[in-house]
Amino acid sequence: MADHDDKDLSGAANLNRRGLLKCMAWAGTGLLWTVSGGVPRSLGLLGDAVAAEPQANGFTFLQISDSHVGFDKPANPNALGTFQEAIAKVNAMPTQPAFVIHTGDITHLSKDKEFDDAAEAMKALKQKVYTIPGEHDVADADNGKLYLDRYGKGTKGKGWYSFDAGGVHFIALINVFNFEPGFKSAGLAKLGDEQLEWMEKDVKGLSASTPIVVFAHLPLWTVYQEWGWGTEDAPRALGYLKRFGSVTVLNGHIHQIQQKVEGNVSFYTARSTAFPQPAPGTAPAPGPMKVPAEQLHSVIGVRTVNYVRGKSPLAIIESPLGA
Amino acid sequence: MPHWKFTAPLAAIVSGPEALPSREAAAAANAAAIRIDNFNFAPPTLVVAPGTTVTWTNADDSPHTVREKDGKFKSAALDTDDTFSQTFTAPGEYEYFCSIHPRMTGKVVVK
Repeated sequence: MADHDDKDLSGAANLNRRGLLKCMAWAGTGLLWTVSGGVPRSLGLLGDAVAAEPQANGFTFLQISDSHVGFDKPANPNALGTFQEAIAKVNAMPTQPAFVIHTGDITHLSKDKEFDDAAEAMKALKQKVYTIPGEHDVADADNGKLYLDRYGKGTKGKGWYSFDAGGVHFIALINVFNFEPGFKSAGLAKLGDEQLEWMEKDVKGLSASTPIVVFAHLPLWTVYQEWGWGTEDAPRALGYLKRFGSVTVLNGHIHQIQQKVEGNVSFYTARSTAFPQPAPGTAPAPGPMKVPAEQLHSVIGVRTVNYVRGKSPLAIIESPLGA
Repeated sequence: MPHWKFTAPLAAIVSGPEALPSREAAAAANAAAIRIDNFNFAPPTLVVAPGTTVTWTNADDSPHTVREKDGKFKSAALDTDDTFSQTFTAPGEYEYFCSIHPRMTGKVVVK
């Protein structure tokens, strides 16, 4: 779908076509950037101290992803433990995020006990947690009933919703229910017509200067088709957002940081709090990647996003658990 | 309608009349196995006689599911070494996939 002059910002530092965004995702302590007048601009690499500076006239929120509670394989024998660590790290932040977004794969096997354990762990958070399911959360024999019973209240369709915070419009999209089986297709995720129609209406009345943050579990751009790391009908969703000056897309699923800027849209995937996955194409198949135990905490973590009204910076800080 | 059942430890998750295990049926039928390994169903196409019980075993570290494309049968998430069994009575072709990794597909031909 990326058929024009966008650049893949995965890996080390690159510049987007406007020369404004620097990607320093792998440097560990932080990636801080701003959105001014709809144009993403990097503030450079910053540590936790800067991230913690009180932001006048704005707010921060936190993204947490792919906790896979219940996972106990060699890649991380205690995924619940690292999830709890991540939460403790959030609670220790000097400036508390306004709210937390969990971008899916809360559990590993959609089991009741895993949902219970995850909910118990998240109770330690002081702020509201907005969730969306990953495909691991809807793998019960009842097609996601366990997830929707817990988290579907007040949402539309299969769990999608939107809300406003601090002048930013947030849209939670679900792309784990309509997988196109790979008999004849690419096996990519799908949002589905019902949700897309809802989304079109949802953004209709908004002014084009409203900053938009979209979050969904699978990437809304095709990171790697061979592993199904993409969403087939995402271009239609992004089409509804074309007129907005600033669109930020936050995803999970691939357990590593990948970034891309395409026109007015900045895409980010997050680390997992449980285990890393191989980079696209570097292994025969995706899946939990075993790293030496002492390295695990450097490849899992959480993400903070700062938004300051007026100056409009949207700042994203990656915090590995080991930092 | 195909008769299907779960083997432990998944039995507890299942509800509904179709999920009732039938030891008699399983014991009387022929058995066949499909292994889930490295994000593949092996063999990808399995030909069996009517009445055969097919058992999928997940040999991957990643969980997988077995879902018939029109929902005729569906497993819960299978962790490593978990199994799912399905007895095929009606002749036909049953295409299935993993709902967690939808590029993974397979087919059971009953004739």
